[in-house]
This record gives sequence, C-alpha cells and structure tokens, in this order.
Amino acid sequence: MKPLLKFITCGSVDDGKSTLIGHMLYDAKLLFTDQIKALELESKLGSRAGNIDYSLLLDGLMAEREQGITIDVAYRYFTSSHRSFIVADTPGHEEYTRNMAVGASAADLAVILVDVTQGLTSQTKRHLRICALMGIRHFVLAVNKMDLTGYDRKHFEEIKTNFEHMAASFNIASLQVIPISATEGDNITENSSHTPWYTGLPLLPYLELIEVGQTPAQDQFVMPVQRVSRPNHEFRGFQGQVETGTVSIGEELQILPGNESATVESLLFADEQAEEASAGQPITVQLNKEVDVSRGSVLTTDKNLQVNDMLSASVLWMDDRPLHSGRNYLIKIGTRTVPGSVMKIKHKTDTNTGEKLPADRIYKNELAECEISLAERIPFDKFSANASMGSMIFIDRVTNMTSGCGVVERSLQRSKNIEWQKTEITPDIRARQKGQVPLTIWFTGLSGSGKTTLANEIEKRLASAGYHTTLLDGDNVRHGLNKDLGFNEGDRVENIRRIAEVARLMNDGGLITLASFISPYESDRENAREIIGNGQFITVYVNTPIEVCEQRDTKGLYRKARAGEITSFTGVTGPYEAPSHPDITVDTAQYSVEDAAELILSEVIRPKISR
Amino acid sequence: MSNVHSHLDQLEAEAIYIIREVAAECEKPVMLYSIGKDSSVMLHLAIKAFYPEKPPFPFMHIDTTWKFKEMIHFRDQKAAEYGIEMIVHTNQKGLDEGMNPFDHGAAYTDIMKTEALKQGLDKYGFTAAFGGGRRDEEKSRAKERVFSFRNEYHTWDPRNQKPEMWKLYNTRINQGESMRVFPLSNWTEKDIWQYIRRENIDIVPLYFAKERPVVHRDNNIIMVDDDRMKLQDGETIRREKVRFRTLGCYPLTGGVHSDADTLDAIIDETLGAVSSERTSRVIDHEASGSMERRKREGYF
Repeated sequence: MKPLLKFITCGSVDDGKSTLIGHMLYDAKLLFTDQIKALELESKLGSRAGNIDYSLLLDGLMAEREQGITIDVAYRYFTSSHRSFIVADTPGHEEYTRNMAVGASAADLAVILVDVTQGLTSQTKRHLRICALMGIRHFVLAVNKMDLTGYDRKHFEEIKTNFEHMAASFNIASLQVIPISATEGDNITENSSHTPWYTGLPLLPYLELIEVGQTPAQDQFVMPVQRVSRPNHEFRGFQGQVETGTVSIGEELQILPGNESATVESLLFADEQAEEASAGQPITVQLNKEVDVSRGSVLTTDKNLQVNDMLSASVLWMDDRPLHSGRNYLIKIGTRTVPGSVMKIKHKTDTNTGEKLPADRIYKNELAECEISLAERIPFDKFSANASMGSMIFIDRVTNMTSGCGVVERSLQRSKNIEWQKTEITPDIRARQKGQVPLTIWFTGLSGSGKTTLANEIEKRLASAGYHTTLLDGDNVRHGLNKDLGFNEGDRVENIRRIAEVARLMNDGGLITLASFISPYESDRENAREIIGNGQFITVYVNTPIEVCEQRDTKGLYRKARAGEITSFTGVTGPYEAPSHPDITVDTAQYSVEDAAELILSEVIRPKISR
Repeated sequence: MSNVHSHLDQLEAEAIYIIREVAAECEKPVMLYSIGKDSSVMLHLAIKAFYPEKPPFPFMHIDTTWKFKEMIHFRDQKAAEYGIEMIVHTNQKGLDEGMNPFDHGAAYTDIMKTEALKQGLDKYGFTAAFGGGRRDEEKSRAKERVFSFRNEYHTWDPRNQKPEMWKLYNTRINQGESMRVFPLSNWTEKDIWQYIRRENIDIVPLYFAKERPVVHRDNNIIMVDDDRMKLQDGETIRREKVRFRTLGCYPLTGGVHSDADTLDAIIDETLGAVSSERTSRVIDHEASGSMERRKREGYF
C-alpha cells in the first residue's frame, strides 16, 4: 500500500471539478449506498434534467448548493485498492484565491482542469502559479469536456503544448496531461474507447501510482520545538515533529537561535523508546546537558539554516484589510511567533500574467514580493530548500485574523551602515542624570476632543515639578518631518511609524514624551507601542463625544468635512477605532482641563516616572 | 512528509502535532470525551503525545443522563486507569425540567447536548476544546477547518473561516471567542478502526455484536437500556444480535443487525458497509443540511 496522496483539484467555475471527483468516487464504487441514494434523490430535486449530478456529492454548504458554485475547500476521503487519498476540492473564482491556497498548501499534487472548448485561460495560469507558490511540484492537467468536441485530438494536443510551455517557468517535478469527460466518465477510471490516441494512464490509476516524495537533498535533521515537557525534576524533554532528515542517540545537535550544542541522550517516538527517528515522526528528545531550549527553538544538524531578522518573501494576502508597508504583524514560522513588519513592498505580481507591478499596498488575493523585518533573530530557511522552515503566516495583532501567508525567498543582510552604533552613554544613564523614568504618553481621540490642550497642561505641570519633557503634536509634525506624507491609509501608517520612532529616540534621550495624535487605527497605535516598548507606553483615550468636538470645531475642519471639502475625515467620513485597552479614558466634556490633567497625572503618570 | 511511513503513521503524526500545538499555545484547553470510538482514539493520541507526562489539560464529558450504562462504566474505568482529570457536566436545569429524548425530540438535543456543552465550556472558561469530529462524516464537516472558531455565543460562521495554511495554525482568539479543534479531521471511519486494531485500543463493548434487548421503532433498532424506555402500542422487546456503529443517548442511537463480534469482523463489515455511519444517528435524518444548521447554532 502506498502512502497517503493529498491532492487538490482546481479550475474555473464551470470546468467541472466537483463533477469529476463525484464521478470518480461513483465509478470506483467508493460510495456508500445511502450516499448514492441521497445523490440520486437530490439530483431529481435539482434542475438539471434528472440526470445524476455528481457535483452534489461535494458542494456541501447550503449556500453553495443554492448558488451552484464552490466557495470553500471541501475535503473528500477515499481509498482504492492501491492507495488512500485526500482530495481538496477548491473554488475557482478569483475572489476565492485564498481558499484555493488553503487547499494547495496541504497538497502534494494538483489536478488542474480546463474546458477543452475554452482552452487555457488566465485563470489556469493563476491556479498553476498559486499551487507552485504553495509548494506543489506534481501536476495533472485534465482536459475536460472532450465529449463536446467529439474527442478531437487536435484540440487536445494544442492545449497540451500550450500548457507545457506555460509550466516551463515553474519548478515542476512531474506533469501528465489527460483528455477526459467528467460527465461521461472518459479516462477517469478506465481508458476510454473514444480516445484511442491517448496511451497514458487514466486519471485514477495515474494517481494511484505517482510518487511524490520529498526532494532528496533534505537529509539534514530539523525539528522545531513545539513544547518543553517537564513532568518532574528528572525529566526535561523537547517535543516536536521531525521535519526532515533523521536523528539518533548520541548525535550532536545545534540549538538555534544561539550557539549551543548538545548530544541526544534519549529519544521517544510517541510513547516508545527509540534508537533513531526520521522525517514525519512525532518525537521527544532528551539532551545530555542543560541548554537554553524553549518553544520555537530548532534542534538541527543543518548548517544551512539561517538565523536572521531580515528576509525577503513572496506573500499572498488574504485579509479584507490591505497590507501597507510599515504595518506590524505577528509572524509565525515553524513553531515560533514573533512581531514583524513589512518594510518594503518590492513589487506585486499579477497572478494571471506574472507581470511585476509597482505597488504601495496589497489587497486580498494579491501576490507580492516583500522585505520583512522581524523583532528577533530567528531560525528559518528558503522555502524551496525546506518548506516547514520557509513558510509563514501573518496574524493581525488586533483582529487575530490570519491575514496573509508567505514563503521565504532569501535571507537579507542588514546594511553594515545601519548596524546599531554602540554608545558609551546608555539611555539609562541619560535618564538617571535627569532623575526620571522616560515614558511616552500617547493621546488619541477625535479632532477637537482636547488632546493637545490636555497634553500642554500636563507638560506645564511636569515641567514645573522639575521633569524634562517634550511634546509631539500632529499638526507640527506634518509641517516638518512628515511633510511628504498625505492622508491616505498608507501614508497614515507611515506617519505614525515615524512619530513612534521619534518618540522612542526622545525616550532614549531620557525625556518624558507627550504625543498628541488622532491615530484612529488600533493597529497603528499597537505598532507605535511595539516600537516604543510596552513598558514605556501609556495610552490616554480622550473620549469626548463627537457632538461636543464638532461644536468646538476649533480649526473649522468639521464644517469643511460636512461640506465635502475634506475626504476621509475621522469621525465624519473616516473610521475611528476606540482603543480596546486604554490605560485611562477621559471625557473633556465632563471635566475641566485642570481636573482631567490632574486625574491623568495621578492615575497613570506620576506612579511611573519617579526614580 | 517522508515516504517511509504508512498512512496511519501520517495521520497519527498529524493529530499529535495538532494536540501539542494546542497544549503549547492555548490558554485553557480541554479535551471533550464522548466515550465513543473516536474519543477513545483521541484519548490514546493525547496519552502518546505527551508521554511520559500526563496530558496537560482535563477531559470533559457532557452527560445527558441518557447514555448507555456501559458507556458510563467505561468512562470511569478509563479515567481511573490513565489517572486523568475527567469533568462530567450535565445541564441540571434541563434535567429538572424533565427534558427527555422521547417527548422532546430535537429540543432535547439542543438543550441536553448543545446547551449543556456551552454551559460546561463557559463554567470552566475553556478557550479551546478538542473534539473527535471527522471531515468524512458529513458534507458540512468536509469544509470545516482543523481549528474552528466560535463567537461568544459558540456559533460557527462557515463563510468566515480563517485560512489554514500548511500546519501553521493560528490559535489566537478575541475576547469571548473560543476554538474547537479537530485533530482527527483527516481520518476516515476505516482509519479509526484500523488504528484501534493496530494500537490495541480499548473500546466500549457496545461496538461488538451481542444479543441485546431491542425494539423496532421508525426503522431504527433501539436498545432498551433501562426502564425509562416506555413501549408503544404493538412494540415488544426482542433479543437480537446487534451492534452499534456510533454511541450516544440510547433512545437516539440505532443499532444494526450484525454478527461482527471481533475487531476484524467489524473492520470487514465497515469496509463493505452499505451505509455511512451517521445514518444510525436519528437526528441527522431531519433534513438535508440539518447538521450545518445545528453547527451554526453551536452543536459540536
């Protein structure tokens, strides 16, 4: 019996993917009789002339059956006499590209369908590109609806040649092109008498025989640590799955990141003692000495694994909120999750044509090459060399959505010039000299809510008490440092990022920094907190009702926004996301400036700044 | 994944990986234990995943008080044998109101199972619950992710699932949300049986054919497990050789006639089966799509 084959079917909306799989299960007698009965019954109720509609077996969600299209990945399981299969049936629409990527990421092989009457379409190339990006190296092109052309060989050969040409630019290990009819059942389980000129195997027998092993080069041992097991004082084991290579007792392993190494003292394969373990096995490793190992460490013999904090990756975006350069996410690689920022979008790639296009933001279902900076140096590898150490997901820090995924193309060396200058005078020395603990107090709220008025009042009181302070204000920063930035979303992200970097420099100089910015997006404020450091960052939410702010309208901006002279004005035509965990909330309609300032000082500032 | 391992090895490794990820990343996990064969496999995998440590989370059984007596006995025996923490939760309010499977039909399932499960999860503040669901059981399950998110009302939105890429599971949840995690997602019924045989896993004797007291009702064979089962006109209790392909509340679980009294015989029967296993669950017959509707409402 061969090992499991995980494959994906993809193609355009009416290419007949669901029908193909349904027909394969039906013909290979891999259905239960109650499933067949339900299928025949549902086919009669459906509108398609009472013939058996094989696609009903797969289109599971009610909404899909109503719309007649597949919107999410459906998994099917079947076992023929030679092999067990998991097939992911995925949607073909461009707007569901991310769902296709989900199916592709777990598959060893892709069956791409084309309609012989339509020929290759831009979608065919997109499907090929996404599958290849997710790491699939084995392909079948099923040329469907051959019955509609009278099983015309010329049509078929033309498509075959064009596809082979198209596929040549991808890293493909095997390709088989098969003429089929999903509704009629030609070349699905048996060779069809309609296509005597096709001498290859029919689809199912081909899938039963294909070998889809790992690339032979992966002989080095790699195990990302999932968890450290310490049931008692005697036992300290590192649990994880062997991703590549083998390991045996007595072998010396590197522990990444870091420079330590240690020798394997004992090995458990699940609950059994073992001498050796190999790729794919869940193991627990005990080492011969106390070393620094935690979740996210990698035990390895592979000298080629990188430990770095800058990399270049191909990214597929999957979130409704677009990706801008400068945005900060949690990035998971292997078993390690670290904060990271997309520093630069080098270009986006048209998923249909492969054309490289300049872009400053990436929308859902788009593909781009990005430079990514991580908060820590972590182990990783190129995806093409080691899929499990070279794949990543992006997690939105506010919504917790899986916003994107990517594959590492290469590790990047930081320019030597920007390596941090080691200084003799440390931030701590500067702060001590001033007799204070530096902080950034971040005022957020609507225009006219009283942020700057409050910040001014607080700064006066701090200064008169002998503290060293500075104040950063939205309007002033835009006149100088950020005068090249506009008000679209990408520029707003960059605006806040620069301000946060400045605030951090001020803190490094020992100063207490008051920052007064509308900063309407939670993700931007979280980004600022990340840059400045959680322990030094205080959020003051100036929650004055919009009616009051609008009435004040000190700068006349609400009037302009209402008149349509300003587009995207926070609170009127643009969103304001209230902080989910402010350190303090004040409403300047309820308190006088003096009382509000005193409240903020006594509650969140004074307890932190004194030495 | 390397080529040297069998497909059961692959499935086992995948499940252990998932179970370990949850233990490492989630704040307060629990493993739901239904006493059935899938739960027995899941428990076995949890023991293997952490050995020599015990699973670093408790187990929870939602007891409707209508489970087969042999199931309850088996549950207590396994908990003692493995030395694991077994929480048993019953919807006391439903019980006090006299909810029962004979008089209340679908409402009984909603209150004593779905509602009881929500209560149990909320009571202990569990943020992640392992379940033994498999994608091959039903069409709407075929589309569910391994990590499936529930809002604060425990409902599932099939149109808004998080993309699940490679095995980089995103276990982060918002305030009030929780997760259901299905480590057996990719197993089929046949894989479960073959694994039970390979690993020599104990299962409740009800799975094996034996003469049992039964009545025939609405095309189902129902076992008379205690005297709460009231006979209807024309019904008589007969002793017939039956076994159960799934286990649940005895009045809602149809048996099948069978001579399969060994694991090998059960596997032979399953491989040549003429019905997929959920047909013996009475609730799934109500309407096509009933499982999807139940799940949106929070049924496991």
